[in-house]
Amino acid sequence: MTPTRVDACHIEGMKSQTDSPIIHVCARGLAPVILIIGLYVFFHGHYSPGGGFQGGVLLAASFLLLRMTLGTQISQLVMPSRLTITLSAIGALIFAGTGLVAIFAGGNFLDYGFLPVPWFDPAYLRNYAILFIELGVTLTVMATLVSIYDDLLEA
Amino acid sequence: MENFTIIQDIAAIALMLGGVFFMLVGSIGINRLPDFYCRAHAAGKVDTLGIMMFVGGMVVHEGFTLTSAKLILIIAFVAVTSPVATHALARRALLSGLKIWERQEPLK
Repeated sequence: MTPTRVDACHIEGMKSQTDSPIIHVCARGLAPVILIIGLYVFFHGHYSPGGGFQGGVLLAASFLLLRMTLGTQISQLVMPSRLTITLSAIGALIFAGTGLVAIFAGGNFLDYGFLPVPWFDPAYLRNYAILFIELGVTLTVMATLVSIYDDLLEA
Repeated sequence: MENFTIIQDIAAIALMLGGVFFMLVGSIGINRLPDFYCRAHAAGKVDTLGIMMFVGGMVVHEGFTLTSAKLILIIAFVAVTSPVATHALARRALLSGLKIWERQEPLK
């Protein structure tokens, strides 16, 4: 079956995985919306169902939708495979580093009230410093899911 | 205000009953039809309309809140993704050479 139609994703040397324009248009239109909803779920985890893990899974779903429809090579422009393990390690480092900074500032592990942010009361700090933990969880979940998909492709 | 609540409840119940009917028809079609393509035909269109009507009934029952805005977003997503997923499945099945079902013996 030869492709007779000129598509935006049909770049020379970067042939995509499927030739159907319906799937291309749907995936390229949906992936940014899924990204926005993932960020909303991540930032709104204080007040509504959601949080770090769910937001990370939504971000990973957006990247994996691009990988499955546009092919692995084109979606490297969005989320490169060499960055995934590094991003996962950075997320775990943010999580553990927040707890260790709280220890060095005089509190217990993950005791947000002792974090050295001078322009916040400890009550507000206990509210907002959960975002650091959630950021670490989100990065780790997103990067780990994408790297699992890449490893399954190679095997 | 009292009348508006009654009308809202009637509209919500009617939409949800319609959604239940279409989901039932789609489920019967998935179980009874003989072929992959016929089953995709049943699952792709009827279930989309059923889910849209059901969630639309929830929106009418909820009123103008943030929750109903999220439900309308769910309706938009289902309306886009479900037919496209069915299209992808059927297209890949056709390209990989799945035979189309034909009746074996003629009708008596």
